[in-house]
Amino acid sequence: MAVAAIREYSFTPLDLEEKFHGNRLLYVGWEDHLMFCAPFAFPLPSSMTFRDLVEKVLPPVYGYHPDFARIDWAAVQWFKSGQPWQPQWDESLEKNGLRHKDVIRFRTPGLTGLQGSCS
Amino acid sequence: MDMQVAKKKLGLKEKYQVMTRDLNWTPTYQKMEDIYPYVHYEGIKIHDWDRWEDPFRLTMDAYWKYQAEKEKKLYAIIDAYAQNNGHLNVTDARYINTVKLFLTGVSPLEYMAHRGFAHVGRAFPGPGPRVACLMQSLDEMRHFQTQVHAISNYNKYYNGFHDFRQWHDRVWYLSVPKSFFDDAITAGPFEFMVAIGFSFEYVLTNLLFVPFVSGAAYNGDMGTMAYGFSAQSDEARHMTLGLEVIKFILEQDPDNLPIVQRWIDKWTWRGYRVLTLVAMMMDYMLPKRTMSWKEAWEIYFEENGGALFRDLSRYGIRMPKCAETIRFEKDHLSHQAWCTFYNYTAATAFHTWIPTEDEMQWLSAKYPDSFDKYYRPRWEFWREQAAKGNRFYNTTLPMLCQTCQIPMLFTEPGDPTKICYRETDYKGMKYHFCSDHCKEIFEHEPEKYVQAWLPVHQIYQGNCFPEGTDPSAEGFDPLKAVLQWYNVVHGRDNLDFDGSEDQRNFAAWRAQATRNV
Amino acid sequence: MSTVFIAFQTNEETRPIIEAIVEDNPHARVNEAPAMVKIDADGRLIVKRSSIEERLGREFDLQELHVNLISLSGNIEEDEDQFVLVWKN
Ligand SMILES: [Fe+2]
Ligand SMILES: [Fe+2]
Repeated sequence: MAVAAIREYSFTPLDLEEKFHGNRLLYVGWEDHLMFCAPFAFPLPSSMTFRDLVEKVLPPVYGYHPDFARIDWAAVQWFKSGQPWQPQWDESLEKNGLRHKDVIRFRTPGLTGLQGSCS
Repeated sequence: MDMQVAKKKLGLKEKYQVMTRDLNWTPTYQKMEDIYPYVHYEGIKIHDWDRWEDPFRLTMDAYWKYQAEKEKKLYAIIDAYAQNNGHLNVTDARYINTVKLFLTGVSPLEYMAHRGFAHVGRAFPGPGPRVACLMQSLDEMRHFQTQVHAISNYNKYYNGFHDFRQWHDRVWYLSVPKSFFDDAITAGPFEFMVAIGFSFEYVLTNLLFVPFVSGAAYNGDMGTMAYGFSAQSDEARHMTLGLEVIKFILEQDPDNLPIVQRWIDKWTWRGYRVLTLVAMMMDYMLPKRTMSWKEAWEIYFEENGGALFRDLSRYGIRMPKCAETIRFEKDHLSHQAWCTFYNYTAATAFHTWIPTEDEMQWLSAKYPDSFDKYYRPRWEFWREQAAKGNRFYNTTLPMLCQTCQIPMLFTEPGDPTKICYRETDYKGMKYHFCSDHCKEIFEHEPEKYVQAWLPVHQIYQGNCFPEGTDPSAEGFDPLKAVLQWYNVVHGRDNLDFDGSEDQRNFAAWRAQATRNV
Repeated sequence: MSTVFIAFQTNEETRPIIEAIVEDNPHARVNEAPAMVKIDADGRLIVKRSSIEERLGREFDLQELHVNLISLSGNIEEDEDQFVLVWKN
């Protein structure tokens, strides 16, 4: 639908990829661990490997949670826009098909947060 | 020598007629559509502006008289409160953070309401709504001023009060109320009236003012109680204006119904999302609680709102669509919100804290189906960690909803263990939402919301650092730079209440007030 | 039936008003909250000028209600002599 307006109404979006100084936005959520109140937003170079995302970017962010050290990464289930998805660990974010403002989530089977409360 | 002239006293209806309708005239030098250019483009059809009814029939002369009386009462209390060091009588210093939240989150909206009603009052060709909007515009300016006056007293003693004007434009969580009102004020005059006059004032304002102000009274804050009730005394008139607007528009033309219904759906949701702040204030921030958020919601929305929408059903209006979603959220909203501020309190201009054991018991009793199961484990873990000197500060920025601009903290309706993710593609880019309702609002007017100034994205674009900052410099600390740009002092205005300067000062001053030291 | 309500600040000015409302509306329920009195009633609530004047011992203009009013709900029907809140359903 168009905005009801007195004249032509169209604008450049504020969050185009080129505004992020060579990075693109990636959102990441950890299922069943809502102690982290919301998914995170990261500005990342598209050339970064998925492995670097998991092994370098995520640990300082999620490490506070006692479950994080217990994750069996081989068993982790990944989702992109809510659909099951298989990342290639040694490929870049770009090669993994992760575009600006994509959202991925991971589920860690057997780990359901503090006292199983999904916290 | 004075001449005694026998004056016939006018009845209420006559007086209203003379002093409102009769002051209007039909222009002849200019065309109506040139004088009132904004009344048609939203698609609302009005055939007869004289059918407008003002049930209070308040005229400007009486308006000034009663408003002056309200002001005198208010300032007498504010002066007494200041002279008596009333701030030391509040239950405990944690309470003061609710006043910070109010001044920074709500008071700037009063000023925006002043502007909004002045603008739409000018836009309407009918004298009835013009006068009512003029009065409301003046009321809102009064609310803003009295709040700033009352609260400035706190600024002499406590942190987090010193720059509310700039914070309104810059601070991440304040973009929620700001963008809500900016959305309304950039809509047409009829949508603004349905948004603010009806959905906010009539349907939701009781949830903002009544528990907040009653809570202030209960916690010994006479200053806040005074400006709160003084503002609220205008609210009955605002609510009535909001209800009149809806009835008037709907009676004018059957084509108006679907437009109005969509606005009610949109704005009830937008307003409700802003009230997330009130929910956590009631359940977590008031040391002495009057009622829970859930109870307030049941009384003021489910019961009163239910009656209202049953009444409006004769026009074909139904309950806002979001009522179902909200029913699921009422057991969770305040907990999820306070957890979020506990996470991100390194970037807030007020303090947060872990509820005490007593308070957790109160929360368990008020929320038997949710608190112990989903939220208590978080608080206990955080308490344990804080005791070890490892207080949780989340410093990675969250994903935000494109419409309401709140971090994506809300859970799926019916499943409090799953974050609710919604997304849509528009012109080759993805947009994300906290709910079906925020998504629908975007999809109806995408061009409006692609302009959203989302604080997280703005920080990542480098727009929220002091001038001359080099983000590529060695050891650059983005949080520190953002706080500088906010004018929030790290270690003083932010972080946990426990160990704060406010906490120490309050304890010292209270001790001085009760002993000869 | 739907509930209408009116809420006032608790003070000396509203005491006679609340007493008058309670007497004129036997079906009303009075809820006292901190610093506030809220009166609920099924369907309809009437505020009569004459009852308030009787208690005050002076003339009373119903628009004076606004000074201490906190909130209300219902459609309003007002003239010089009475102020009525009603839901028509
Ligand atoms: Fe206001
Ligand atoms: Fe949202």
